[in-house]
Amino acid sequence: MSTLRTALLNAALTIEEQKPWPRVTVDADTWRQATLAIAAGNATLSGLWAEPRAVHMAVLDDDDGALMVLTLATPDGRFPSVGLTHPPAQRLERAIVDLYGLLPEGMPDDRRWLDHDRWGVRAPLGDGALIPADGAPYPFLKAEGPPLHQIAVGPVHAGIIEPGHFRFSANGEIVVRLEERLGYVHKGIEGLLTNTTLEAAAKVVARVSGDSTVAYSFAFARAAEAALGIGVPQRAIWLRALMAELERLANHLGDIGAICNDAAFALMLAHCGILREEVLRAAKATFGHRLMMDRIIPGGVTSDLDDVAPIKALTTRIRQRFPRLVELYDNTASLQNRTVSTGRLSPELARRFGAGGPVGRASGRAFDARKAPGYPPYGDLDFKVIRREGGDVDARIWVRIDEISESLELIEQIIDRLPPGPIAYPTAPALRERRVPQAGGLAHEPRDGAMEGLAMVESFRGDVLVWLRTDETGRVLRGTVRDPSAFQWPLLEAVIEGNIVADFPLCNKSFNCSYSGHDL
Amino acid sequence: MRRMLLEGLFRRPVTERAPTVADAEIDALAARLGVAAKARLGRSLSIREVDAGSCNGCELEIHALNNSYYDVERFGLRFVASPRHADVLMVTGPVTANMREGLERTYAAMPAPKWVVAIGDCAAGCGVFSKSYAVIGAVSEIIPVDLTIPGCPPEPIDMLKGLVGLVEASARG
Ligand code: SF4
Repeated sequence: MSTLRTALLNAALTIEEQKPWPRVTVDADTWRQATLAIAAGNATLSGLWAEPRAVHMAVLDDDDGALMVLTLATPDGRFPSVGLTHPPAQRLERAIVDLYGLLPEGMPDDRRWLDHDRWGVRAPLGDGALIPADGAPYPFLKAEGPPLHQIAVGPVHAGIIEPGHFRFSANGEIVVRLEERLGYVHKGIEGLLTNTTLEAAAKVVARVSGDSTVAYSFAFARAAEAALGIGVPQRAIWLRALMAELERLANHLGDIGAICNDAAFALMLAHCGILREEVLRAAKATFGHRLMMDRIIPGGVTSDLDDVAPIKALTTRIRQRFPRLVELYDNTASLQNRTVSTGRLSPELARRFGAGGPVGRASGRAFDARKAPGYPPYGDLDFKVIRREGGDVDARIWVRIDEISESLELIEQIIDRLPPGPIAYPTAPALRERRVPQAGGLAHEPRDGAMEGLAMVESFRGDVLVWLRTDETGRVLRGTVRDPSAFQWPLLEAVIEGNIVADFPLCNKSFNCSYSGHDL
Repeated sequence: MRRMLLEGLFRRPVTERAPTVADAEIDALAARLGVAAKARLGRSLSIREVDAGSCNGCELEIHALNNSYYDVERFGLRFVASPRHADVLMVTGPVTANMREGLERTYAAMPAPKWVVAIGDCAAGCGVFSKSYAVIGAVSEIIPVDLTIPGCPPEPIDMLKGLVGLVEASARG
């Protein structure tokens, strides 16, 4: 991709001051070329979002994790569809139509996506024309003819779970097609990140998906720090990673228990549930909040680690108990009968969709944002990127199992090497300095004082992306986030095909996509 | 596996002590619930949970209520799959425009007497999402709410306290 990167830089009309990776404005032709290069597998689509008169596309180099953002101005409200040649972009494009009213020319699927005709307004972040909120029916794709039948599930499901609708077309027990309809928990997050304070934006981003609140706050802080040039004390950097690994631990434990429970193996859920609870209690004891919400802010963290004892006791205890659970999983044939070869995701699809986290890594995609692009303190820590090739439910469980071991190692390294010092720098001085025009600035001075930052952080579910534009006082002008689920949800539709309906819960749990993070 | 099951028999349970809820709080709840309950339900309640737009943080903590530490079932509290079986509707999240109908229909499908518990700051007042075009309001603006448990998210022990209070109050009626 580095050749692609150079080509794009050369073709750029302007280069904006976005840190740490460039954002370039291109023309429609270059936009099309880039789309073809992505579809050909030279790079991965990592994000696609809009503002009222432009679209942005984040492109990722899988090898070194370097990112680049392409911007295309849309004076006539149109842009060449990315989804036309690269299917992973289709839902993101449908969301752009719904939110901004921009039209992807040639888009293969023009049904509304987040917009259920309930907001009372069309294109709320664009021109915002008022419409009646009448909830127009949604045209599902067809799979018809005897002996096919349809099963409709949701948005309110049987369990304690987020809302979404699943439409199965089945031939007896075998799923022929699954179609998802999402958007039920759309909360207008991009709108809430428009023209607001840094503090308010941080609070919203921390609540994009409650299970990844640490990862999101981490990414938000890094994006803001990059944009505004705010420094972070060493101790805070290490504490951030500690929180992130605790979050990963809690979620992986919860997922393993939940997947096994869906194979009617409740014992695993009970034991994993106990360990998960102990992680949350250790988090509460050390950082004052079970999910560690709002603990990471631009400039540092909000609570210090006074006593390492709860964390040490936690890792010791998981090291004692968890191997027994792994043994149990490994030796229970009735359980593996359900997980092995179920819901297989091919490496090719995983790569094309840039599937992050255990979903991608269980299908051979060795991408982990902690390694590449990488961010401190992970460069100083010793850990492996876990990878499997099987692509089935079993492989996704094993990736989680092995990542739990890696997180334990990481937590112990962090505790041993935690540097002393302050936990946050005030952001105010950095912002004041910013107001003074600096001598010998960049070749491309930011126009109207806007500054931009982009950050990628590895959540338990995969890489989360946060982009932010602020003015020189730190006020957030625009922001967007992209959850790993954006590229994982469509893959769930693919893996269920040919499996029995009863295996859907297993496939679904082994993906564990976020609804809130997707619907935004 | 046999070894784990055997060990389980001899180890002390991890379950938390039952939370204490002050009599006054229960009386107040009972008064709020009014005559509807009349001890009809005894000391057990079935709960249907609906996410009307949450970030899923509240759901994580509701899940925790089922783990061995809190073990809600020992209080006669049970999460059920259908609103038709439910006495209590537990709702999280600011109500999104896209979820309004789902919430209303779930509520309508429950037999009387029924109670609604709003879980978390979003359910109580939309939290950080209050200014959004896509959010239509707190749960109480859509359906009547009997009990609110604040927090972002509320801790399981606080939810447990509220729910145990509800069981007691409904039995007292
Ligand atoms: S109250 Fe907090 S944890 Fe619960 S849904 Fe709202 S933001 Fe999420």
